[in-house]
Amino acid sequence: MTISFIHPALIMIVGACLLPMVRGPFRKPYMFLVPLLTFIDVIYLSQHAGVYGVFQFMNWELTFGRVDRLSMIFAFIMSLMAIIGTIYGMHVEDEWQHVAAWFYVAGSLGAIYAGDYITLFLFWEMMAFASTFLIWARKDEEALAAGYRYILVHTFGGVVLLLGFVLRYQATGNLDFDQLNVSSPELYTWLIMAGLMLNAAVPPLHSWLPDAYSKATAIGAVFMCAFTTKTAVYTLIRSCSGFEILIYLGVIMAIYGIIYAVMENDVRKLLGWEIISQVGYMVAGVGIGTALAINGACAHAFAHILYKGLLFMAAGAILTTTGRQKLTQLGGLYKKMPGTMIFMLIGGLAVSGLPLMSGFISKSMIISAAFESHLLWVGFALTLVSAGTFLAAGLRLPYLIFFGKNNCSEETWEKAQDPSWNMQLAMTIGGFLCIFLGCYTPFLYNMLPHTDVVFHPYNAYHLSETIQIMAFTAFGFFMLRKYVMPRDTTSLDLDWFYRMGGRAFLWTVKNPLQWFDNVVGRFYKTVGINCLMITSAFWSWFDWNGIDGVVDGTARCIRAIGRRVTIVLQRGEIQQTIYYTVSFAAVLLVAYVWL
Amino acid sequence: MIINLIDYLRDRLQYVIYSCYGAMAFIIIWSMTVDTSHAHTWAEKMIPGFWALFGLGSCAIVIMVARWYGRSGIQAREDYYDN
Repeated sequence: MTISFIHPALIMIVGACLLPMVRGPFRKPYMFLVPLLTFIDVIYLSQHAGVYGVFQFMNWELTFGRVDRLSMIFAFIMSLMAIIGTIYGMHVEDEWQHVAAWFYVAGSLGAIYAGDYITLFLFWEMMAFASTFLIWARKDEEALAAGYRYILVHTFGGVVLLLGFVLRYQATGNLDFDQLNVSSPELYTWLIMAGLMLNAAVPPLHSWLPDAYSKATAIGAVFMCAFTTKTAVYTLIRSCSGFEILIYLGVIMAIYGIIYAVMENDVRKLLGWEIISQVGYMVAGVGIGTALAINGACAHAFAHILYKGLLFMAAGAILTTTGRQKLTQLGGLYKKMPGTMIFMLIGGLAVSGLPLMSGFISKSMIISAAFESHLLWVGFALTLVSAGTFLAAGLRLPYLIFFGKNNCSEETWEKAQDPSWNMQLAMTIGGFLCIFLGCYTPFLYNMLPHTDVVFHPYNAYHLSETIQIMAFTAFGFFMLRKYVMPRDTTSLDLDWFYRMGGRAFLWTVKNPLQWFDNVVGRFYKTVGINCLMITSAFWSWFDWNGIDGVVDGTARCIRAIGRRVTIVLQRGEIQQTIYYTVSFAAVLLVAYVWL
Repeated sequence: MIINLIDYLRDRLQYVIYSCYGAMAFIIIWSMTVDTSHAHTWAEKMIPGFWALFGLGSCAIVIMVARWYGRSGIQAREDYYDN
């Protein structure tokens, strides 16, 4: 059984390790082949559900390959996205970016197939560290700082998760990564959930996402937008299904994300806020926890990876060719980048849930699940957000980049053009899949974990509902567009606390603490050193005159006595010496006899 | 080709706008003929064009809340975090 099991993550890891050695004409075919092999391996495994790769490590049993319907669908989309992302980045010479990206994919696949917390944690951290290098690969000062913030936040999340499952192990003696008892949550349940939530960017643990994704390299962001949050959604489905608080958090994050997206000026940050908003649907679905809601969360994660990847690829194309990613520096680009415009429109319409697009068949499942569970406010709130999503990603974003007022500088305008063939190919695959999923629903629906629920998105009422919402949202945008024009601003968020907190800490170290340290140093120099010198001088004097006096005096005294004895007793005259000796012996003898 | 099409439509912007209004009217009329047995609440069944109103309202709410929230001090100058 184990013979046929090759872990897909292993293929990516070995592939990544060998990548720097493959050069010249072999590089591109190799880069295509490794993710393709991984994808084939995932498909092969999906035909053979079961538990593989079980190892005994100290007292624990580690499970590397739990293959069931839930892990299958997520592994399928992750490995598919790895192919698309790698094709997109094929022109990049910097091999370390690809190595980091592949390790990142391996981390995600490993976490998806993990059957226990230790294995999960191992791959979880692999993801965090590998993705940090995708930010640092941009090599400017902002990216460096953002990378440090990202890794610090994720290390914190990892520690919370570690603490959670260690406490759980202590309480239950069990390390299996399975559904937690969410009806009576313990401290460890909350900690595990918080650790997983941080990666899903659930408020208040979300600020790292727009910050990091907007600073990463073009291909880095394409990978990052797919893997971290959706792997976290998978882990939440696996462990926290039906945890009611996730419904509230999901709705909050959906609304919160969309409000920030509408305010945003930076294209990739805007898309980052959109991710938060869309992952909100999935988190709410996990919280609802019914079979339809879980299927909806899986379907939406699947569709989301493709259309968000497409949007990030289009944004990356604009960044790569023009070097700009602010709306206030772009505009009117349809003349220069028509191909990119089409892909961004497809992505934008798919995220908005236009009929015949992937978002339509996935998002509606979660909303229906909310209505069916009689959570009317959730259903209406998520529908409101879908209107907001269309506004932000389907209307405002393409309008301000490709139409609207041309804010491009002459240089930007000159440089703007559709990107290289590989980027266009990757976007074509992404765009095709967005439409294919929407048109041919069984492709996605047959992969969903719960096979006992049936959902038909294409009924007249649902179509009418969606088209009404979209048409009148477009009308609203047309009327109110002057209120959503971009401005050269940055939107403050909860990262303010740790960015300013870090600065306050630095200030405290630099000013009061350093001042105190200086004062102590000076005090020591003036008072301490002098005291020490005086004390040493005293002890030196005492040693010389006191201790040495006693020791030397005793020695001198003994020497003087010896000399006197020598002078008196040993004059060198033999008869006198004999006389003293015999007398002494006689005295001893008499004393002995008498006593 | 796409560029020409967009330029063609831009040159006739008024017509495009009128056709959009026409489409909106058609959507509303169509919505009244659709079977509402799948509806979740009474409001959807009773109010004609409920989702159209909902969409327009949602759009206005999102735009206005974002504007109010941004102006309330959340949108800071771009170099806010620079030293």
